[in-house]
Amino acid sequence: MSDTNGYHSGSNLERILRAGHFAVTAELGPPQNADGEVIRKKAQLLKGYCDAANLTDNQTAIVRMSSIGAGTILVQEGLEPVIQMVCRDRNRLAMQSDLLGAYALGIRNLLCLTGDHQTFGNHPTAKNVFDIDSMQMVQMVTGMRDKRVFQCGEEFKGQEPRFFVGAVESPFAHPIDFRPHRLGKKVKAGASFIQTQLVFDIEAFKKFMDKVCSLGIHEQVYLLAGIGPLKSPTMAKYMRDNVPGILIPNEMIKRMEKAGEPWAGKSKDELTAEDKKARTAAWQDEGIKICIELIQQMRKIKGVSGVHIMAIEWEKAVKPLVEGAGLYPRPVVPDASTVSAQPA
Amino acid sequence: MIVAEQKSLDEIKKLVGSAQKVLVVGCGTCVTVCFAGGAREAAIVAAELRMSTKLDGSPKEVTDVTVQRQCEWEYLDEIAPKLGQVDIILSLGCGVGVQAIAEHFPGTWVVPGLNTKFMGLPTEQGVWAERCAACGDCILGLTGGICPIARCSKSLLNGPCGGSLDGHCEINADISCAWQLIYDRLNSMGKLEVLMDIQPPKNWQTSRDGGPRKIVREDLRLDKKEE
Repeated sequence: MSDTNGYHSGSNLERILRAGHFAVTAELGPPQNADGEVIRKKAQLLKGYCDAANLTDNQTAIVRMSSIGAGTILVQEGLEPVIQMVCRDRNRLAMQSDLLGAYALGIRNLLCLTGDHQTFGNHPTAKNVFDIDSMQMVQMVTGMRDKRVFQCGEEFKGQEPRFFVGAVESPFAHPIDFRPHRLGKKVKAGASFIQTQLVFDIEAFKKFMDKVCSLGIHEQVYLLAGIGPLKSPTMAKYMRDNVPGILIPNEMIKRMEKAGEPWAGKSKDELTAEDKKARTAAWQDEGIKICIELIQQMRKIKGVSGVHIMAIEWEKAVKPLVEGAGLYPRPVVPDASTVSAQPA
Repeated sequence: MIVAEQKSLDEIKKLVGSAQKVLVVGCGTCVTVCFAGGAREAAIVAAELRMSTKLDGSPKEVTDVTVQRQCEWEYLDEIAPKLGQVDIILSLGCGVGVQAIAEHFPGTWVVPGLNTKFMGLPTEQGVWAERCAACGDCILGLTGGICPIARCSKSLLNGPCGGSLDGHCEINADISCAWQLIYDRLNSMGKLEVLMDIQPPKNWQTSRDGGPRKIVREDLRLDKKEE
């Protein structure tokens, strides 16, 4: 077994969290094509502004470059990846073999998710898998790491895949009373960190965190609160009304509307291209401002170890967010020399 | 019960093709109860086929008969005498019924008139809903009598996904979230602690994933010598 120096994987994200720093992760959406340059360009936008970047796994059930493929490019670019893996597309055999490969390629962080149902995506007629659920995936990958056993119980020899393993929670999805317990189950299964669904309603989130802390879960896991900048009032209302578990307070939507007020009352035809551009910029500025305030409030909540920024298809926003929240530059925690960060 | 629904007349006509003499075979069990393939439906489909092919200018001879149970060979014997007079059987049984006919009458062409949908029950007049996925290893004892394999869109075993909202599934508002139902039921019975255990990965070998299934009951088999 490799010397882990007390770390699960020794990844940058794990070291940052273990050192007690307020961590920053950011989402990077792989493209719907085979162009690695897209990943490289996005990586440059995020590099230095987050401790690790999440690569989504066929998010919303739309075919995209694989998280492992894109994550490998990030390794080459010197930006640490967190690869996401969902239960929708792979059975336990495929998951394990892909994770052996991912580790060999230098990937050290893994986020386990259930996955959106395929009816949302671009292949609604597909057969889904859901052989195991996200909790069982956490157990499986920590078993491979800590006991060197495959899910079937069979022991294996040689290098084990040592991932820093995370899971997700949606604090306001239903049944809402069960959510802190579900989070606790994921921790019991072996998750070391949690990234949450987007949070806009700080008061509701505080109640959730109170419950998490009262159960003592915050002492066993690093919780990164999901945050993201709103792009427009329309996007805010769409998310509020259509995405399960996303609560957006009315005042926040009013602030977004107010940002676009100078252009309000004009029909689409009356707005020039410059008008539209200026309005978009005003909305985005306000969205970033709101998001910075959210990060600052998150830093004060007991049990929150960091933020996970989901600036969906707007990776450029990460820099002003991190800078604006006073989280730049990112801390450097020396790599334990005994922990291999090179491809195995 | 097995719940099925009829294929469109257009599809049925395509399946029947150029066959001239058609025997529509209904079934007196599940598909009668769900109004898809009983005696009444068999008579209606036969009449529709007659009228439609007449309007098309190539009338077919269509008769109908309904057996008590299409999924058992012995009940199919009563249609044997008719087979010499027909070119094709249009079965209004479930998928089991169609195959029972094909197996019992190797020389007769049979096509399905129904789409077999699921195992379920009527929740109100005219509405049927799925309840069992025949996974072969019943876990209803762990979930308060509500099946997450059949009723959770992702067959999750450890609680709801992040897509549960206001009691319904993320797929659409017409599908109840099975885990909300399980949670509410266990909560009302003071048994929520059941949900705190982590359920291990399911053994899907007992399900279709283990290959086509078969049950052999030696205690019920006839002695081979007596056969």
